[in-house]
Amino acid sequence: MHLSRDEERAYQGEEGESLRRAMEILVALGDIYGADRLIPVRSVQVAGVSFKTIGEAGLEWISDLQGRVVVPAVLNPAGMDLTRWQKMGIDERFADKQIEVIEAYRRLGVSPDCTCTPYQIRPDLARRGDHLAWSESSAVSFANSVIGAKTNREGGPSALAAALVGKTPRYGYHLEENRVPTINIAVDSDLKPSDYGILGYIVGKEVGDGVPRFIFRKRPDLDELKALGAAMAASGSVALYYFDEDAPSAPEGSEEILVSDRDLQEVRQESAPDDEVDVIAIGCPHSSERELVEVAHLLEGKKVERELWICTARAIAERRTDLVAKIERSGARVFCDTCMVVSPASDRYRKMMVNSGKALAYVPTLCKMKAAYGSVEECVRAATRRG
Amino acid sequence: MRQSRHQEGLNLEIRCHRISGGKATGPALVTKEPISFLGTVDPETGEVVDPGHQLYGSNLGGKVLIFPGGKGSTVGSYVIYQLKKRGVAPAAMINIKSEPIVAVGAIISGIPLVDGVAASFLDLGDGVTVTVDADGEMVRVEGAD
Repeated sequence: MHLSRDEERAYQGEEGESLRRAMEILVALGDIYGADRLIPVRSVQVAGVSFKTIGEAGLEWISDLQGRVVVPAVLNPAGMDLTRWQKMGIDERFADKQIEVIEAYRRLGVSPDCTCTPYQIRPDLARRGDHLAWSESSAVSFANSVIGAKTNREGGPSALAAALVGKTPRYGYHLEENRVPTINIAVDSDLKPSDYGILGYIVGKEVGDGVPRFIFRKRPDLDELKALGAAMAASGSVALYYFDEDAPSAPEGSEEILVSDRDLQEVRQESAPDDEVDVIAIGCPHSSERELVEVAHLLEGKKVERELWICTARAIAERRTDLVAKIERSGARVFCDTCMVVSPASDRYRKMMVNSGKALAYVPTLCKMKAAYGSVEECVRAATRRG
Repeated sequence: MRQSRHQEGLNLEIRCHRISGGKATGPALVTKEPISFLGTVDPETGEVVDPGHQLYGSNLGGKVLIFPGGKGSTVGSYVIYQLKKRGVAPAAMINIKSEPIVAVGAIISGIPLVDGVAASFLDLGDGVTVTVDADGEMVRVEGAD
């Protein structure tokens, strides 16, 4: 890989040890993936935040780093709401460690916005054509597919290295040749909003790391695209997809998959909720303001009989304290900075009902509990149903 | 490779590709199975604790660990770092083809790591003295068993 004179100096350690290690990470990954050079990034989103996932080992590494990020950098969700963790049933020991993680990132200049949907709170982080170094798989998918920015799916250390250097190796989805659709997906159904998570769950399993090009009957909205991309990145490892009518099709001779009502129905039946559901979680990926409006409306005048969590970004909850108050009047809880997949708070339950194809894929493995799926309305009904 | 082990005193020098810089020498610990550091290795002791792994019961501390490459959770990178801080990390690592988890783990921990050696390296006997000179992109295998 070609390095500029300044990059070479940093790589040789003339700018200090932390920058040398950061450069070494970028160069090693560039070599592994055949990058020709480094390119500047607009922003970085760093994974490896929840103490539940990174543990003592990760905390030590972040705490030992010196230096300062040179581009805007934000964080993935943490293992708890950073202010209301006691209400989640998080113990003090975990909370102390989690706060240490956040403080260590803050010392490096990383902004402590802990969300899987940075694009919902900071539009300045990613615009069409920008190169990024983002980690969270659903945000990577959204940035590549909906915003039209370019990013690979970074691990925690490589994202942080990119933030310290301000650059990332040029390979993968930074190159146009890797952004060509590989498979056509015809959707033969009038999709409801809650179908997109299921559709993504099905398609992700089918296409793995391919680049699907969808043919829809009508254009999905932003929340639907968020749910679709998140599910495909969890059940498969899709980082880019196309949905626009004028997007190119997969080249002649590529595979084509037809998804029908029956396919969607099959997954719905397999994952239908039953009496075992003891916790319901909405907000994977983090709820948008519009989704909070919907939940608040559905909960009006009702009381929850089971735990109901709604996860969102802190910036959204702080902007709409009225909606948070309305939702919590029912007994449901709005949690920020975290989600059900990365928080140890979910450990004490048996079966979680979700409205997310991503959570449906991850809850059984990462939380070792059963998962059920339903629309937002069905989730609220399950939470408020007596008996 | 297999022949050279039996030739007393013959040192073998093999070109390789630097992933993480540095130079170290130690006894070889060899496996043909990829390693997922998270779950397979105890980060406090360096011992391989997964009964399903070929290296079960071995300790990685101070060894030149020779394996095809990494796999599994990206948290594995941090596990390598923790091994280093506890003083029970491999002295160096050799892969056939490195992937990002082990590459990043070696770099953040300052452990020499190279790849690009022939697959016959995985036939090397445990305990043979191996020197990894990542900066010079050279691996040296001492002669005798």
